[in-house]
Amino acid sequence: MNSQHIAAVSEAGDARTDDASTEPASEPSRTITLSVNGRRQTCQVSERKHLADFLRQDLALTGTHVGCEHGVCGACTVWVDGVTARSCLMLAVQTDGSDVRTVESLALDGGGLSVLQQAFQDHHGLQCGFCTPGILMSLTELLRDDPEPDEATVRLTLSGHLCRCTGYQNIVAAALDAAAKLRAAR
Amino acid sequence: MDTPLAPPRPGIALPGDRSPSKARQVIGTRAPRIEDPALLRGEGRYLDDLRIEALHAAFLRSPHAHARIAHLDCAAAGALPGVVAVFDATAIARHVTNLRMPLGFPSATLQKDITPWVLSGTEVAFVGEAIVMVVAETRYIAEDALALIDIDFAPLPVVHDVHQALDAAAPLVRSDAVSNIAERVPVGFGEVEQAFARAPHVFAEALFVHRGAAHPMEGRGVLARYDAALDTMTVWTSTQMSHEVMHAVAVMLGMDPHNVRVIAPDVGGGFGAKYLTYPEEVAVPAAARALGRPVKWVEDRAEHFVSAIHERDQYWDVEIAVDARALILGVRGRLLHDQGAYTPQGINLPYNAATSVTGPYRVPAYAMEVLICQTNKTPVVPVRGAGYPQAAFVMERLLDRVARELALDRAEVRARNLIPPEKMPYEKGLTNRAGVRSVVDSGNYAVCQSAALARIDYAGFRARQTTARAQGRYLGLGLANAVKATSRGPFESAVVRVSPSGRIGVYTGALAMGQGLATALAQICAEQLNVPVDSVHVTCGDTGYVSLGMGGFASRQTVMAGSSVHLAALEVRNKALKVAEQMLEIAADDLVLKDGRVEVAERPHLHVSLGEIARKLKGAPGYSMPAGITPGLEATGMFQTNAQAHANMCHACEVEVDIGTGGVRILRYVAVHDSGTLVNPMLAEGQIHGGIVHGIGNALFEKMGYDDEAQPITGTFADYLLPTSTEIPQIEVIFFETPSPTNPIGVKGIGEAGTIPVAPAIVSAVEDALAPFGVQIAEAPLSPVRILELILGEQP
Repeated sequence: MNSQHIAAVSEAGDARTDDASTEPASEPSRTITLSVNGRRQTCQVSERKHLADFLRQDLALTGTHVGCEHGVCGACTVWVDGVTARSCLMLAVQTDGSDVRTVESLALDGGGLSVLQQAFQDHHGLQCGFCTPGILMSLTELLRDDPEPDEATVRLTLSGHLCRCTGYQNIVAAALDAAAKLRAAR
Repeated sequence: MDTPLAPPRPGIALPGDRSPSKARQVIGTRAPRIEDPALLRGEGRYLDDLRIEALHAAFLRSPHAHARIAHLDCAAAGALPGVVAVFDATAIARHVTNLRMPLGFPSATLQKDITPWVLSGTEVAFVGEAIVMVVAETRYIAEDALALIDIDFAPLPVVHDVHQALDAAAPLVRSDAVSNIAERVPVGFGEVEQAFARAPHVFAEALFVHRGAAHPMEGRGVLARYDAALDTMTVWTSTQMSHEVMHAVAVMLGMDPHNVRVIAPDVGGGFGAKYLTYPEEVAVPAAARALGRPVKWVEDRAEHFVSAIHERDQYWDVEIAVDARALILGVRGRLLHDQGAYTPQGINLPYNAATSVTGPYRVPAYAMEVLICQTNKTPVVPVRGAGYPQAAFVMERLLDRVARELALDRAEVRARNLIPPEKMPYEKGLTNRAGVRSVVDSGNYAVCQSAALARIDYAGFRARQTTARAQGRYLGLGLANAVKATSRGPFESAVVRVSPSGRIGVYTGALAMGQGLATALAQICAEQLNVPVDSVHVTCGDTGYVSLGMGGFASRQTVMAGSSVHLAALEVRNKALKVAEQMLEIAADDLVLKDGRVEVAERPHLHVSLGEIARKLKGAPGYSMPAGITPGLEATGMFQTNAQAHANMCHACEVEVDIGTGGVRILRYVAVHDSGTLVNPMLAEGQIHGGIVHGIGNALFEKMGYDDEAQPITGTFADYLLPTSTEIPQIEVIFFETPSPTNPIGVKGIGEAGTIPVAPAIVSAVEDALAPFGVQIAEAPLSPVRILELILGEQP
């Protein structure tokens, strides 16, 4: 092993920098303006940063989780302009001018859980909770677009998400119960 | 809960209850989870969510299954703006006491030098092995730097398969290996030779069971912060075992464990993949100390596929001897276990598999030769089920074979061989790794099987099958029993503490990975202190609060930590009543503990709160304590046992096989479980659902593929298939609750129980469906292509 090369690299405190910015100056970046959870903001963002990292690192919205970074697991699902999107497969700069919503926007204005969120607790629709935010975003979209989904429809929507803990059954029950409660409240 | 067939829940008296007839009020209820509101709002705090400014680490990993590192130059990587440090093996060696990881479990017999390296310096032995760690201002830059590392490999011959590993002409898995066989372990009891010699029937099977990887949805991750002024290290890690990581980090960094605090934040699933100390959990703290700055590494899924542990391949050549009535006389054979390139933990996984084959059945004689084979693949430690699923597959396949050969009903063959309740406790003739005899403590296996058969309408199935076949549809029914020895010891810690503010805290070395452990422990505490469940605050897996702990493995935590919480809460309760007796000047028999205070029965205006009692027991300088009372309204429970509570299960399923595509649709799935007393039936059902779906993955989908150069060929979730919602039927769960005599709350573990019988039940059902084609199945998982091959009589 050519360990002498390592000596060329500082591994001591003198490498410390006080720049706490998440974007080093060397990163090509752009200014984007977007709305996140109803709040309009203008941000300087690295061109290559994906949307999930932007939400989590730059906006501290860590409810959106990264489970695979190749668009299969669905944990990072958010809404972009009213429809679900995999935030690991989208660059943050692509959301310039968009309306983005994350799991943090789902609770009621007073802080109470949404009907779907409450149904998840009532039916034990989550265990470790890591995949849950993405699933909540997809099911919230489903219940908005289809007030009377049957079990097969719920399972089809859920099939875009991986959950290792629950076996999906209680998530399906929660979604159907939430749909019924939302219909009753209408 | 699906209760019609379950017996009524008895009001079980707890030891130490003031009234022996007091029925449980909190244990056994479907209490909502106290964990949920934060997780549902997106306010969980998983490793990568912690708001701690840190540098970011990324690892250069081997693209070769076996190679010598011929040349390594990290200068360009180190010169990249934003890169703070680059560590190869030589560089990291200056910051650790040993470049080789400690062995997880003690072993006097394993080859030496068999554990992974913190960073590999001269030779790599599997694809994914870490070679260089780059630390940079961002993860993006750290990964850029990885691309600038100038490294050349000289490929070495590869051991890609356990059969090849056994070949005398095979290359060595590592140049420092003594042999490709890490260890030979004979397991058994009884007069096996005699049993086979006198048996009227002997049937042999060559079985292959693959179990993929754990794949929690959150990968691994480590964040380390060193405080030079105090010489203290804080490590946040997504682990199932904080205390073990604390000791490993202390040893590897040459620190006193007292100065190392390991905290598990919210953990996004474990399933076994987080029950070991990984090289990254040493390298990252070492870098944080060397650099004087916090360092974080978050595993991505591509890394998880190759550098987090697998379970993978086992080949079983087995024989069963039975008498004319199909009563088992003996089982024997050889297990080839694929251990991968290193042994991080020990021989526990193949030992579990070999010692659990006999399961719920009476087997008078048993011998299994276990060969732990090393291959140039990712190392292996237990995934949910820990060898039991493979063992159940072996036993249940053998019993199906017996039924077929002797033209008997599959359920009848099992019923004749199940351990009957009057034989409980039943000695298995084996010892567990604690060195104590393996004793099945309790349960009624025949009743569970009958319940499963009744629920799935076993009696009516042949008519359904015949009708379907007339329509060109191929239905099959499968059945499997299993037993899981849960609640591994030797102990678990729990402190129950009432603060002077009245806050009730539970602190334990047990570790929550998503099961709802905090809720279950809060229920057990609330049962004794008679308070609302959500008023109990549970802290799991933070070594700063409790000095000892074992963590989350072997379906143990509700049993072990639950019992410790029970014992500690009982002590706090009794102490509170004694102190209140003095404070209120009323005999304890007339006092009632409820809603956070001790009241006088029938005169509730006379009361003292738990907070007031805690303030009294906090002590005042120079003033006396209440007579005969030790300081502090708190107690430590340290439930200790080597006995294991045996959970049992019987699964039955009905499937339809599409003979045109090889696709399998599960039409019904019935799961009968006895995990003793259920602390929270809702959480218990959740464990069964998740466990079964993991088992469905093992039966039909999950295959960690490698080619003949030991290159992984399933490195994404598009290639490696986890079950999704559309493949899963409604799972029908039936519970029986036979209290275990091994612990004070009567519980048996449940976390792995759902997974164990699934693959044999489904494979049996597929074989039954394909009986017209004469298909006999000796493997799992079954892909559609493999099913078509079986139908066509082709070899893979």
